[in-house]
Amino acid sequence: MQERLQELQEEALQKVAEASELKELNDIRVAYLGKKGPITEVLRGMGKLSAEERPKMGALVNVVREEIATKIEEKQKVLEEAAVNAKLAVEKIDVTLPGRPVNKGNHHPLTRVIEEVEDLFIGMGYTVAEGPEVETDFYNFEALNLPKSHPARDMQDSFYITEETLMRTHTSPVQARTMEKHKGQGPVKIICPGKVYRRDNDDATHSHQFMQIEGLVIDENISMSDLKGTLEVFAKQVFGKEREIRLRPSFFPFTEPSVEIDISCKICGGKGCSVCKGTGWIEVLGGGIVHPNVLEMAGFDSKKYSGFAFGIGVERIAMLKYGVDDIRHFYTNDVRFLTQFNRHES
Amino acid sequence: MFVSYKWLQDYVDLSGMTATTLSDKITKSGIEVEGVEKKSEGLKGVVIGHVLEREQHPNADKLNKCLVDVGGESPVQIICGAPNVDKGQKVAVATVGAVLPGNFKIKKAKLRGEESNGMICSLQELGIESRLIAKDYATGIFVFPNDVEVGQDALEALGLDDEVLELGLTPNRSDCLSMLGVAYEVGAILGREVKWPEINKVESAEKATDFIQVKVEASEDNPLYVAKVIKNVKIAPSPLWMQTRLMAAGIRPHNNVVDITNYILLEYGQPLHAFDYDRLGSKELVIRKAHAAEKITTLDDGERDLSSDHLVITNGSEPVAIAGVMGGANSEVQDDTTTVIIEAAYFAGTVVRKASKDHALRSESSARFEKGVDPNRVREAGERAAQLISQYAGGTVLEGSVEVDTLTIEPAVISITLEKINKLLGTSMTVSEVESIFTRLQFGVSVDNETFTVTVPTRRGDITIEADLVEEAARMYGYDNIPTTLPTGTVTPGHLTDYQQKRRKARRTLEGAGLYQAITYSLTSKNKAAQYALDARESVALAMPMSEERSQLRLSIIPQLLEVVKYNNARQLDSLALYEIGSVFLKQDGEQLPEEREHVAGAITGLWELNQWQGEKKPVDFYVAKGVLEALFDTLGLTEQIDYRQSEKEGMHPGRTADVLLNGDVIGFVGQVHPTVQKELDLKETYVFELSFKAMAEAAVEPIQYSAIPRFPSITRDIALVVDTTTVAGDIQKIIAEAGGKLLKEVSVFDLYEGERMEPGKKSLAYSLKYFDPERTLTDEDVTKAHEKVLAAVKEKAGAELRG
Ligand SMILES: [Zn+2]
Repeated sequence: MQERLQELQEEALQKVAEASELKELNDIRVAYLGKKGPITEVLRGMGKLSAEERPKMGALVNVVREEIATKIEEKQKVLEEAAVNAKLAVEKIDVTLPGRPVNKGNHHPLTRVIEEVEDLFIGMGYTVAEGPEVETDFYNFEALNLPKSHPARDMQDSFYITEETLMRTHTSPVQARTMEKHKGQGPVKIICPGKVYRRDNDDATHSHQFMQIEGLVIDENISMSDLKGTLEVFAKQVFGKEREIRLRPSFFPFTEPSVEIDISCKICGGKGCSVCKGTGWIEVLGGGIVHPNVLEMAGFDSKKYSGFAFGIGVERIAMLKYGVDDIRHFYTNDVRFLTQFNRHES
Repeated sequence: MFVSYKWLQDYVDLSGMTATTLSDKITKSGIEVEGVEKKSEGLKGVVIGHVLEREQHPNADKLNKCLVDVGGESPVQIICGAPNVDKGQKVAVATVGAVLPGNFKIKKAKLRGEESNGMICSLQELGIESRLIAKDYATGIFVFPNDVEVGQDALEALGLDDEVLELGLTPNRSDCLSMLGVAYEVGAILGREVKWPEINKVESAEKATDFIQVKVEASEDNPLYVAKVIKNVKIAPSPLWMQTRLMAAGIRPHNNVVDITNYILLEYGQPLHAFDYDRLGSKELVIRKAHAAEKITTLDDGERDLSSDHLVITNGSEPVAIAGVMGGANSEVQDDTTTVIIEAAYFAGTVVRKASKDHALRSESSARFEKGVDPNRVREAGERAAQLISQYAGGTVLEGSVEVDTLTIEPAVISITLEKINKLLGTSMTVSEVESIFTRLQFGVSVDNETFTVTVPTRRGDITIEADLVEEAARMYGYDNIPTTLPTGTVTPGHLTDYQQKRRKARRTLEGAGLYQAITYSLTSKNKAAQYALDARESVALAMPMSEERSQLRLSIIPQLLEVVKYNNARQLDSLALYEIGSVFLKQDGEQLPEEREHVAGAITGLWELNQWQGEKKPVDFYVAKGVLEALFDTLGLTEQIDYRQSEKEGMHPGRTADVLLNGDVIGFVGQVHPTVQKELDLKETYVFELSFKAMAEAAVEPIQYSAIPRFPSITRDIALVVDTTTVAGDIQKIIAEAGGKLLKEVSVFDLYEGERMEPGKKSLAYSLKYFDPERTLTDEDVTKAHEKVLAAVKEKAGAELRG
């Protein structure tokens, strides 16, 4: 009996070792360990044994069963793993093929610049003010110290609609309207982005429609040094910390004293090139202390309040920042242009 | 204004300065130097030569063989093609080894068999612009006056050893439209004196008043008129130094008299005019407004129609000059002129501006009058011109001048405190610093207890109020020296308005959906302005457009976006998704300004899904465009308030267009561009939308309120309904949603079938209905009860049958 068990065990283990498929292994399990299997048969024959031998034999049967079961289990793991590996091998793909494209659009580069500037100034306590693009002569000119006979009106030839209305030539009328709303009560802290229009033939550097951002702060004790500090923050943020800044006295009818800000030329590093016309400097900004006439016309007491205002051309910033060489690109909307601005830049 | 560096030294000491260092200082003090031109740039080896012999080239009709003394050991042979070269002339010779502009090197050459050792130069060849060259030398070589020295550097003789500063003058600084004005500015910057020209008055015994009478009938426009008379003038070229200075300043030399008036204009900033006394046709000058229908032929030979807006100088009967703008041809100084009248006058800026604008005549003279000349220089400028004419045109100045003077000159006197200056600039200047600035500017100044009383010279007409003085102080103190601070006043919260935030969110949603932002022009053609308009209103037109294409303000954005699609399509860019947020302009009756309404519009065409190697491609269709809008409404919290309604619209596909309604009001539309329009514009299938963004942004939106996550399972039932083909899915959906009661949480359509297996005129729509109760687990009976109500409702209201 013991020999028979040894034999069965060897036989079974031999078959387990030879099995190459899970089904085969299962058949072995059923054949040897099943109720109708030879080992069960051996167990049944135990009745003939003495009471002393029976437990010994019983123990031996269990050892054999366990041994076979263990081997089957081990083999099963091996076979299962092999099956999984075979399946995975078939599932292999070419990971270098491109992924499914996700549709993705983005801001226009001008909006990109505007939002960057808006966010900078919002962080400094400004709100964003907007106003109509068709303006009255009053808000566009007269409220800004540009009476009808003023020679500086030549500087900005305009698209008139009627004698008294026109396409605004700058976003300054928004400042005039905002000041008026404040009814002589400070503080005012706004920036005004928007489209403006001038009578220019469209070419590489001129556009009859373009964008400006202007800023205005009115409070007690606002000074030129505050303007200087604010514009330095702005220029460093927009053009980079390594840019140098130069202030030049200038003239605008609505500010006095007035200032123009140049940044050092990025292209030649200040040595002089065609972009900076050999000067090493590029003009990016104009501003100044709000002219007392402008304050008074808007109902502010120029003895109590002072303010500063500044303005920038959005296209000009974008052109300098991204190296765009023709202003018309911004309005042609060639997708090969638009798609170049669809990522983050540090 | 072009300023010759050499000439400027007549009025202010520039020692220790170079043109470049001076330019930097001027720019930093407020007048931008836009460029410094070195006149001799690229020029070398040009000397004055004397043409000893000239004969025709033996082998060429148009060439001359010249023997020229260039100051060397022996004269050289030069072949010259200029028609005006001749024996005895003093000329500019580029000798062998010389370099001319454009890096043109002069070498020994043989021209048609004859040796040539250099080149006789025209002024153009020396880099002078043609428009500045006197008529006599416009097409040939330049001939020097006889007194120049042979062998001398010709560039020096021509004043080309000079640098010219180009000042970009702002409208307030017209005082620097003169050399003296610039000298005052430079004097203030450097702290140096200004030297005025010396006038040696030599007059004959004859009196000017015996020759001419002056009557001013418009004294408001002409408060001061001074006439000087000079006899026995001999018209000839002006001295070379004067010609070169004029050319450096950008003015073409004519003859001695005209050149002198221009020279004074540049020196004093006072425009002058010279009349030929004998051609005047009378012995009086009457200054008055022109009569209607009066005409004058100006010096440029243009016939000008005058009106009562224009101020004219007349001889008592007819105009001889448009005041301050241009003289008449009838009284022009010519080669045979012997007696001249020099006019030095003060004309009001407005009347000169009007005439200059009406006749499109911008002259050096009108530019100065328009901006205001210094009333205190009028007389002296006339005096100096007369003296120069006697000196350089051999004339005799008659005693005195003929004047009409109603001008009152009151220099501005302004007081300002030190505190005010420092407070506005953020500086801490001292009394003596500020006082020294005003002194350097040669303003009259007195100080009393930190208050300055400043008397402003009449040359600085731009300075009238306190702020003007603050500016002078700031620019002379130096902007670089102003401290850098940030405003410290009231703290204000910075933020975007609700509307502005919605606009940013709308942008991000559209971009996230794959659309690129475009920005197009607001101005368009009359035809395009009204296409696709949401409101059938008249467009706003420009009074004087630059072109028809940009003559009206747009009422819609779609036509502009279709232009963009067309542009890109023409460049093989077929798959496009673009949007724009911008204003349209609607005329309003009885209002001065149009209504400006912000719209959002989009255009999508080509492939929407493009999987290159998988080979799957999905072209854009109506539901792509609608899906984009649904995402947008979702972001703005408007989904529940939006409806779509089949619509027919001009320019749109009649079967594939929907109006978009917000709480029952049409706010825009979405659909396919009409195939005829697509064909016209050469577009492929293109879908567009345009909505009033204003309406969307102004619609009330519920605040976000958390609702509990369901704890109980839901039950989903699908139904397929047979309906008439004319029935629309949205209606059925609404019926289901209403009938399903509060247990029905979601309804969605998941299949549409129209085909052979349907009865004619019928189609099948399949919906998925999701029921659940937040309080408990639903039973089958609960759902069946609700579901039966749904089925009954669709049958009753839409004749829908369950599909078997
Ligand atoms: Zn550069």
